Amino acid sequence: MANILVNAPKTAKKGDIIEIKALIMHPMETGFRPGTNGRIIPRNIVEDFSATWNGREIFRMKMSPAIAANPFVSFFTVATGSGTVVLRWSGDGGFVAEHPLAITVT
Amino acid sequence: MTRLRLGLAAAGVFCASLALAQAGDPRRSGYQEMGPALRKMQDDDTANPAMLFVQAGAAAWAGKAGAAGKSCADCHGDAAVSMAGVAARYPAIAPTLNRAVDLDGRINLCRTTHQQAPALASESDDLLALGAFVALQSRGLPIAPPDDPGLAAVRTQGAALYERRQGQLNLSCANCHDDNAGRKLAGATIPQAHPTGYPIYRLEWQSLGSLRRRLRNCIVGMRAEPWDYDAAEYLALEAYLMDRARGMLLDAPGVRP
Repeated sequence: MANILVNAPKTAKKGDIIEIKALIMHPMETGFRPGTNGRIIPRNIVEDFSATWNGREIFRMKMSPAIAANPFVSFFTVATGSGTVVLRWSGDGGFVAEHPLAITVT
Repeated sequence: MTRLRLGLAAAGVFCASLALAQAGDPRRSGYQEMGPALRKMQDDDTANPAMLFVQAGAAAWAGKAGAAGKSCADCHGDAAVSMAGVAARYPAIAPTLNRAVDLDGRINLCRTTHQQAPALASESDDLLALGAFVALQSRGLPIAPPDDPGLAAVRTQGAALYERRQGQLNLSCANCHDDNAGRKLAGATIPQAHPTGYPIYRLEWQSLGSLRRRLRNCIVGMRAEPWDYDAAEYLALEAYLMDRARGMLLDAPGVRP
């Protein structure tokens, strides 16, 4: 299980613009670096990050090898209705991590 | 909402206490030398990447290990109580060994004697995570090295190493961190070398690292040959630096550029 830290409001007013910040532990190995034995360390990055609000996609980004380890993502969205925001990271080697957030909209 | 307000109040108290510690003291921590963006990154527990390691460390604290089948929590209980101020004290003399050990050494001592588990490798993520979790419990507390006469010799050795010129550039630690602290080396501000934030998340490393790793970094920069990872020289320097930073507030786990 990946270590994840998320900073998002638990409650919001309908129509409010809210910020969701997410940090995940990941080496983001570029695939260009040789290891101590001289061989290239295989690429191991998060390729895709997405967020859905009650199943509807609200944010998506493609990540590249140039992004540093433990990537930090921040984005804004409009509070539409109470429910669950699911943050999802997926990448090389079958890496998948999900983090659900309950947000109450009044 | 009240919880948020409490959190903000606590953060306010923490910042105010850092400012207070500064008044009348010419010593400045690496935290105080950083720009506002990096300070903000460190102060926000959901933006400080070291907190990812703290999360892992908290899990390791509660997890059973070794032949004894004990977790750290089985003996020490709630870390917020039992580990408060511990990171501010080390290096200290371990009574069973009758020699100085640093916090990582103390954690490994617990592992090998009480948990009967293999020692964690220096600089491994597991050891750094536990170290970060323990150090966090002392955040905001003043560095308080013990007045143990057994430490005097180690500190003297550390002070001598700090003053000694070495390497192809023929520099001592003091040449930069005492004589030229606050000035620039290339684009970076030279800090006064007070170990207030260890283990640190160094952006250049993209990882958490110990004071030992930081010392090795400087030694390589002086174009001297670094000592082995478990060398007594690092322990001596750590003991001296902690004594030199006596009374300064810990801000571990820190973020550094």
